[in-house]
Amino acid sequence: MIDVLYFAWVRERIGHPKDQIETGAATVMDLIEELRAKEDRYEAAFADLSALRVAVDQELTEFDASLTHAKEVAFFPPMTGG
Amino acid sequence: MDIRVQEAAFDFGQEAQNFATRQMGMGAIVTFTGIVRDVAAGLDVMEIEHYPGMTEKALTKIAEDAASRWDLGDIAIIHRHGKLYAQDMIMMVATASAHRKDAFEAAEFLMDYLKSRAPFWKKEQTREAQDWVAAKDEDEDALTRWDED
Repeated sequence: MIDVLYFAWVRERIGHPKDQIETGAATVMDLIEELRAKEDRYEAAFADLSALRVAVDQELTEFDASLTHAKEVAFFPPMTGG
Repeated sequence: MDIRVQEAAFDFGQEAQNFATRQMGMGAIVTFTGIVRDVAAGLDVMEIEHYPGMTEKALTKIAEDAASRWDLGDIAIIHRHGKLYAQDMIMMVATASAHRKDAFEAAEFLMDYLKSRAPFWKKEQTREAQDWVAAKDEDEDALTRWDED
């Protein structure tokens, strides 16, 4: 079981902040494909990956990152702190 | 090192004073404060969302990176989230060093990384519309100047 979190407009597009998913996805990209197949709103949220960033267990990483032992994956737009 | 992520307002003068008085043997203190800017259409509210847990980790890592690159006595970062209004203080950083060059450079480094590597997202609401603030290419480009050879 993995926690999948969404922030900012990704959260708004999907309609809720968190999913708990039983998945066999080996990488972030596999998980995205799985989510996209779920419903149109997921497809809409993940349509343009260049507009998204991903963190695995609260560390920024790339879409080809492994999900082995991952507990938490988060998707969000580029950050705007400061 | 003092890192705080909070909804409440902070007193910049008091924070700067406290930071300065707890330093020993430091000749230079630099502070930077970010303030909510009004927009042409009139800003009703700016909402800052963040990623609890990751935010604190990311800020700590940015501060540790700065501490390893410059000769610093101390670092403070305060960043707010939640609802903010025009003129509100969003965040501040403070650096202390024996000499000003390290303090200035480290403060700039902290700000550059805070902009694009700390998980905060700003949403501006005006009378006409509400929209997420887009990240700027120049903010991402600003990080390249800190690349080490």
